[in-house]
Amino acid sequence: MNALPLILTVFVACAVEAVEALTIVLAVGITREWKSTYQGMAAALVVLAVVTAAVGPAISYLPLTALRLVVGALLAIFGLQWLRKAVLRATGYKSLHDEASAYLKEVAAAQQAATESRRGVSDWYSFTLAFKGVLLEGLEVVFIVITFGDNQHNIPAAGVGAAAAIVVVVVTGIAVKAPLTKVPENWMKFSVGVMLTSFGTFWGAEGAGVSWPGNDAALLVLVPVVALVAAACIFWLRGRSAAPKSAPAPDSEVVSS
Amino acid sequence: MKWLKGFGLFWYDFIIGDDWHVAALVAAGLAVTAILVHSAKVNAWWLLPVVVFAALAWSLHRATTQKK
Repeated sequence: MNALPLILTVFVACAVEAVEALTIVLAVGITREWKSTYQGMAAALVVLAVVTAAVGPAISYLPLTALRLVVGALLAIFGLQWLRKAVLRATGYKSLHDEASAYLKEVAAAQQAATESRRGVSDWYSFTLAFKGVLLEGLEVVFIVITFGDNQHNIPAAGVGAAAAIVVVVVTGIAVKAPLTKVPENWMKFSVGVMLTSFGTFWGAEGAGVSWPGNDAALLVLVPVVALVAAACIFWLRGRSAAPKSAPAPDSEVVSS
Repeated sequence: MKWLKGFGLFWYDFIIGDDWHVAALVAAGLAVTAILVHSAKVNAWWLLPVVVFAALAWSLHRATTQKK
Protein backbone atom coordinates (compact mmCIF):
# COMPACT_ATOMS: atom_id res chain seq x y z
CA MET A 1 0.00 0.00 0.00
CA ASN A 2 1.19 3.52 -0.78
CA ALA A 3 2.20 5.44 2.37
CA LEU A 4 -0.27 8.29 1.75
CA PRO A 5 -3.52 6.36 2.54
CA LEU A 6 -1.79 4.97 5.64
CA ILE A 7 -0.73 8.45 6.80
CA LEU A 8 -4.18 9.93 6.07
CA THR A 9 -6.06 7.12 7.86
CA VAL A 10 -3.86 7.40 10.95
CA PHE A 11 -4.05 11.21 10.79
CA VAL A 12 -7.88 11.29 10.86
CA ALA A 13 -8.14 8.60 13.55
CA CYS A 14 -5.59 10.29 15.78
CA ALA A 15 -7.09 13.75 15.22
CA VAL A 16 -10.41 12.51 16.65
CA GLU A 17 -8.65 11.15 19.75
CA ALA A 18 -6.53 14.29 20.14
CA VAL A 19 -9.61 16.54 20.00
CA GLU A 20 -11.20 14.55 22.83
CA ALA A 21 -8.04 14.64 24.97
CA LEU A 22 -7.65 18.38 24.31
CA THR A 23 -11.18 19.05 25.57
CA ILE A 24 -10.40 17.39 28.92
CA VAL A 25 -7.00 19.05 29.31
CA LEU A 26 -8.34 22.53 28.46
CA ALA A 27 -11.29 22.16 30.85
CA VAL A 28 -9.17 21.11 33.80
CA GLY A 29 -6.23 23.42 33.03
CA ILE A 30 -8.29 26.58 32.58
CA THR A 31 -10.62 25.86 35.51
CA ARG A 32 -8.09 24.56 38.06
CA GLU A 33 -4.36 24.95 37.52
CA TRP A 34 -1.99 24.29 34.64
CA LYS A 35 1.03 22.96 36.61
CA SER A 36 -0.72 19.81 37.88
CA THR A 37 -2.48 19.41 34.51
CA TYR A 38 0.88 19.44 32.70
CA GLN A 39 2.26 16.95 35.25
CA GLY A 40 -0.70 14.63 34.56
CA MET A 41 -0.18 14.94 30.81
CA ALA A 42 3.56 14.30 31.15
CA ALA A 43 2.98 11.21 33.33
CA ALA A 44 0.50 9.84 30.77
CA LEU A 45 2.93 10.46 27.92
CA VAL A 46 5.65 8.58 29.84
CA VAL A 47 3.30 5.58 30.35
CA LEU A 48 2.35 5.71 26.64
CA ALA A 49 6.03 5.76 25.66
CA VAL A 50 6.71 2.72 27.88
CA VAL A 51 3.71 0.84 26.42
CA THR A 52 4.80 1.67 22.86
CA ALA A 53 8.40 0.67 23.54
CA ALA A 54 7.26 -2.63 25.07
CA VAL A 55 4.47 -3.60 22.68
CA GLY A 56 5.89 -2.26 19.39
CA PRO A 57 9.01 -4.45 19.14
CA ALA A 58 7.19 -7.45 20.71
CA ILE A 59 4.54 -7.32 17.97
CA SER A 60 7.18 -7.31 15.21
CA TYR A 61 8.51 -10.67 16.49
CA LEU A 62 5.13 -12.35 15.86
CA PRO A 63 4.82 -14.37 12.62
CA LEU A 64 3.01 -12.27 9.99
CA THR A 65 0.07 -14.70 9.69
CA ALA A 66 -0.58 -14.73 13.45
CA LEU A 67 -0.11 -10.97 13.59
CA ARG A 68 -2.62 -10.38 10.79
CA LEU A 69 -5.17 -12.72 12.40
CA VAL A 70 -4.98 -11.07 15.84
CA VAL A 71 -4.57 -7.51 14.62
CA GLY A 72 -7.24 -8.00 11.94
CA ALA A 73 -9.72 -9.29 14.52
CA LEU A 74 -8.97 -6.40 16.88
CA LEU A 75 -9.18 -3.79 14.11
CA ALA A 76 -12.45 -5.19 12.77
CA ILE A 77 -13.98 -5.19 16.27
CA PHE A 78 -12.61 -1.71 16.95
CA GLY A 79 -13.80 -0.41 13.58
CA LEU A 80 -17.29 -1.86 14.04
CA GLN A 81 -17.52 -0.10 17.44
CA TRP A 82 -16.68 3.21 15.77
CA LEU A 83 -19.08 2.59 12.89
CA ARG A 84 -21.86 1.55 15.26
CA LYS A 85 -21.51 4.74 17.30
CA ALA A 86 -21.19 6.94 14.20
CA VAL A 87 -24.33 5.41 12.62
CA LEU A 88 -26.32 5.71 15.89
CA ARG A 89 -25.25 9.35 16.20
CA ALA A 90 -25.98 10.15 12.54
CA THR A 91 -29.51 8.77 12.94
CA GLY A 92 -30.26 10.49 16.26
CA TYR A 93 -30.39 7.31 18.35
CA LYS A 94 -27.44 8.63 20.28
CA SER A 95 -26.58 12.25 20.89
CA LEU A 96 -23.70 13.67 18.90
CA HIS A 97 -20.42 13.90 20.78
CA ASP A 98 -20.58 17.61 21.48
CA GLU A 99 -17.17 18.98 22.51
CA ALA A 100 -18.72 22.19 23.86
CA SER A 101 -21.08 20.24 26.11
CA ALA A 102 -18.33 17.79 27.14
CA TYR A 103 -16.15 20.80 27.99
CA LEU A 104 -18.87 22.44 30.11
CA LYS A 105 -19.46 19.18 32.01
CA GLU A 106 -15.75 18.83 32.76
CA VAL A 107 -15.58 22.48 33.86
CA ALA A 108 -18.56 22.08 36.20
CA ALA A 109 -17.06 18.95 37.77
CA ALA A 110 -13.64 20.59 38.06
CA GLN A 111 -15.11 23.64 39.81
CA GLN A 112 -16.83 21.49 42.43
CA ALA A 113 -13.96 19.14 43.25
CA ALA A 114 -11.87 19.88 46.33
CA THR A 115 -8.18 20.73 46.02
CA GLU A 116 -5.93 18.09 47.53
CA SER A 117 -2.14 17.94 47.44
CA ARG A 118 -0.67 14.46 47.07
CA ARG A 119 2.68 12.88 46.14
CA GLY A 120 4.28 16.20 45.26
CA VAL A 121 1.36 17.24 43.04
CA SER A 122 -0.33 20.43 44.24
CA ASP A 123 -3.76 19.58 42.72
CA TRP A 124 -4.37 15.82 42.56
CA TYR A 125 -7.74 16.26 40.77
CA SER A 126 -6.17 18.14 37.85
CA PHE A 127 -3.34 15.63 37.68
CA THR A 128 -5.54 12.51 37.60
CA LEU A 129 -8.06 13.96 35.13
CA ALA A 130 -5.35 15.06 32.69
CA PHE A 131 -3.53 11.75 33.18
CA LYS A 132 -6.62 9.63 32.46
CA GLY A 133 -7.77 11.75 29.51
CA VAL A 134 -4.41 11.71 27.74
CA LEU A 135 -3.70 8.06 28.58
CA LEU A 136 -7.06 6.70 27.38
CA GLU A 137 -7.12 8.65 24.12
CA GLY A 138 -3.38 8.07 23.68
CA LEU A 139 -3.75 4.31 23.99
CA GLU A 140 -6.13 4.33 21.04
CA VAL A 141 -3.57 6.35 19.06
CA VAL A 142 -0.78 3.88 19.97
CA PHE A 143 -3.01 0.94 19.02
CA ILE A 144 -3.82 2.42 15.61
CA VAL A 145 -0.21 3.43 14.88
CA ILE A 146 1.26 0.06 15.84
CA THR A 147 -1.34 -2.12 14.12
CA PHE A 148 -1.58 -0.14 10.88
CA GLY A 149 2.14 0.64 10.77
CA ASP A 150 3.29 -2.89 11.52
CA ASN A 151 0.93 -4.52 9.02
CA GLN A 152 2.17 -2.19 6.29
CA HIS A 153 5.79 -2.54 7.47
CA ASN A 154 5.82 1.24 7.79
CA ILE A 155 5.51 2.27 11.42
CA PRO A 156 7.38 5.56 10.73
CA ALA A 157 4.70 6.64 8.20
CA ALA A 158 1.95 5.80 10.71
CA GLY A 159 3.90 7.74 13.34
CA VAL A 160 4.10 10.74 11.00
CA GLY A 161 0.30 10.66 10.53
CA ALA A 162 -0.28 10.47 14.31
CA ALA A 163 2.28 13.16 15.15
CA ALA A 164 0.87 15.50 12.48
CA ALA A 165 -2.66 15.03 13.87
CA ILE A 166 -1.55 15.76 17.43
CA VAL A 167 0.45 18.84 16.38
CA VAL A 168 -2.42 20.24 14.26
CA VAL A 169 -4.98 19.71 17.05
CA VAL A 170 -2.75 21.08 19.85
CA VAL A 171 -1.64 24.14 17.84
CA THR A 172 -5.25 24.86 16.85
CA GLY A 173 -6.34 24.37 20.48
CA ILE A 174 -3.67 26.81 21.70
CA ALA A 175 -4.66 29.32 19.01
CA VAL A 176 -8.39 29.28 19.78
CA LYS A 177 -7.99 28.55 23.53
CA ALA A 178 -11.24 26.59 23.44
CA PRO A 179 -12.47 23.08 22.63
CA LEU A 180 -12.56 22.38 18.90
CA THR A 181 -16.31 22.39 18.39
CA LYS A 182 -16.20 22.90 14.61
CA VAL A 183 -14.51 19.55 13.93
CA PRO A 184 -16.98 17.23 12.13
CA GLU A 185 -16.17 14.52 14.66
CA ASN A 186 -18.93 12.09 13.77
CA TRP A 187 -18.09 11.99 10.08
CA MET A 188 -14.40 11.61 10.89
CA LYS A 189 -15.33 8.72 13.16
CA PHE A 190 -17.50 7.22 10.42
CA SER A 191 -14.61 7.42 7.91
CA VAL A 192 -12.12 5.92 10.36
CA GLY A 193 -14.63 3.21 11.28
CA VAL A 194 -14.90 2.30 7.59
CA MET A 195 -11.11 2.12 7.22
CA LEU A 196 -10.54 0.14 10.43
CA THR A 197 -13.33 -2.31 9.59
CA SER A 198 -12.10 -2.77 6.00
CA PHE A 199 -8.44 -3.28 6.88
CA GLY A 200 -9.36 -5.45 9.88
CA THR A 201 -11.54 -7.67 7.68
CA PHE A 202 -8.85 -7.87 5.01
CA TRP A 203 -5.96 -8.70 7.35
CA GLY A 204 -8.06 -10.94 9.63
CA ALA A 205 -9.22 -13.10 6.69
CA GLU A 206 -5.66 -13.22 5.33
CA GLY A 207 -4.45 -14.32 8.76
CA ALA A 208 -7.11 -17.06 8.73
CA GLY A 209 -5.58 -18.30 5.47
CA VAL A 210 -7.67 -16.91 2.61
CA SER A 211 -6.25 -15.46 -0.60
CA TRP A 212 -8.14 -12.34 -1.62
CA PRO A 213 -9.08 -12.06 -5.31
CA GLY A 214 -6.68 -9.47 -6.72
CA ASN A 215 -4.57 -9.54 -3.53
CA ASP A 216 -4.13 -6.01 -2.10
CA ALA A 217 -6.39 -4.58 -4.85
CA ALA A 218 -9.32 -6.23 -3.03
CA LEU A 219 -9.10 -3.36 -0.54
CA LEU A 220 -10.10 -0.96 -3.32
CA VAL A 221 -13.42 -2.80 -3.46
CA LEU A 222 -13.74 -3.64 0.25
CA VAL A 223 -13.40 -0.05 1.54
CA PRO A 224 -16.22 1.41 -0.64
CA VAL A 225 -18.44 -1.61 0.01
CA VAL A 226 -18.05 -1.21 3.81
CA ALA A 227 -18.80 2.53 3.42
CA LEU A 228 -21.90 1.76 1.32
CA VAL A 229 -23.19 -0.83 3.80
CA ALA A 230 -22.69 1.59 6.72
CA ALA A 231 -24.40 4.38 4.74
CA ALA A 232 -27.26 1.99 3.94
CA CYS A 233 -27.60 1.33 7.69
CA ILE A 234 -28.00 5.09 8.23
CA PHE A 235 -30.81 5.27 5.64
CA TRP A 236 -32.42 2.14 7.11
CA LEU A 237 -32.43 3.53 10.67
CA ARG A 238 -33.56 6.99 9.53
CA GLY A 239 -36.48 5.37 7.73
CA ARG A 240 -37.34 3.35 10.81
CA SER A 241 -37.16 6.29 13.21
CA ALA A 242 -39.48 8.28 10.93
CA ALA A 243 -42.08 5.51 11.05
CA PRO A 244 -44.65 5.45 13.88
CA LYS A 245 -44.12 3.03 16.76
CA SER A 246 -40.50 2.90 15.89
CA ALA A 247 -37.37 2.75 17.96
CA PRO A 248 -36.90 4.13 21.46
CA ALA A 249 -36.22 7.79 22.02
CA PRO A 250 -32.85 9.15 21.06
CA ASP A 251 -30.09 9.03 23.68
CA SER A 252 -31.14 5.57 24.85
CA GLU A 253 -27.47 4.72 25.13
CA VAL A 254 -24.88 6.21 27.37
CA VAL A 255 -22.79 8.62 25.36
CA SER A 256 -19.13 7.86 25.35
CA SER A 257 -16.27 8.63 23.06
CA MET B 1 -8.28 -6.66 43.80
CA LYS B 2 -10.30 -3.53 43.08
CA TRP B 3 -7.43 -2.23 40.94
CA LEU B 4 -7.26 -5.53 39.06
CA LYS B 5 -11.01 -5.44 38.39
CA GLY B 6 -10.77 -1.86 37.15
CA PHE B 7 -7.84 -2.81 34.91
CA GLY B 8 -9.82 -5.73 33.43
CA LEU B 9 -12.91 -3.57 32.91
CA PHE B 10 -10.82 -0.92 31.18
CA TRP B 11 -9.43 -3.40 28.64
CA TYR B 12 -12.86 -5.00 28.16
CA ASP B 13 -14.36 -1.61 27.41
CA PHE B 14 -11.38 -0.62 25.24
CA ILE B 15 -11.45 -3.73 23.03
CA ILE B 16 -14.98 -5.15 23.23
CA GLY B 17 -16.94 -1.91 23.72
CA ASP B 18 -20.70 -1.50 24.00
CA ASP B 19 -21.79 -4.76 22.36
CA TRP B 20 -19.87 -7.98 23.02
CA HIS B 21 -21.92 -9.79 20.36
CA VAL B 22 -19.97 -7.94 17.66
CA ALA B 23 -16.64 -9.22 18.99
CA ALA B 24 -18.06 -12.74 19.36
CA LEU B 25 -19.38 -12.73 15.77
CA VAL B 26 -16.07 -11.48 14.34
CA ALA B 27 -14.15 -14.15 16.31
CA ALA B 28 -16.59 -16.84 15.16
CA GLY B 29 -16.35 -15.62 11.56
CA LEU B 30 -12.56 -15.85 11.65
CA ALA B 31 -12.68 -19.32 13.22
CA VAL B 32 -15.11 -20.65 10.57
CA THR B 33 -13.03 -19.03 7.81
CA ALA B 34 -9.87 -20.75 9.11
CA ILE B 35 -11.70 -24.11 9.30
CA LEU B 36 -13.05 -23.75 5.74
CA VAL B 37 -9.63 -22.79 4.38
CA HIS B 38 -7.51 -25.35 6.20
CA SER B 39 -9.89 -28.32 6.56
CA ALA B 40 -12.31 -28.03 3.63
CA LYS B 41 -9.80 -26.30 1.30
CA VAL B 42 -12.37 -23.61 0.44
CA ASN B 43 -10.96 -20.13 -0.18
CA ALA B 44 -13.71 -18.46 1.89
CA TRP B 45 -12.62 -14.83 1.41
CA TRP B 46 -16.28 -13.80 1.17
CA LEU B 47 -17.31 -15.12 4.61
CA LEU B 48 -15.75 -12.50 6.92
CA PRO B 49 -17.17 -9.47 5.06
CA VAL B 50 -20.64 -11.07 5.23
CA VAL B 51 -20.22 -11.72 8.98
CA VAL B 52 -18.96 -8.17 9.57
CA PHE B 53 -21.93 -6.61 7.73
CA ALA B 54 -24.36 -8.90 9.56
CA ALA B 55 -22.74 -8.03 12.92
CA LEU B 56 -23.08 -4.30 12.24
CA ALA B 57 -26.71 -4.55 11.13
CA TRP B 58 -27.66 -6.87 14.00
CA SER B 59 -25.93 -4.72 16.61
CA LEU B 60 -27.65 -1.58 15.28
CA HIS B 61 -31.00 -3.37 15.25
CA ARG B 62 -30.50 -4.44 18.87
CA ALA B 63 -29.38 -0.96 19.96
CA THR B 64 -32.40 0.73 18.39
CA THR B 65 -35.09 -1.69 19.46
CA GLN B 66 -34.00 -2.49 23.02
CA LYS B 67 -36.24 -1.13 25.71
CA LYS B 68 -34.76 1.31 28.18
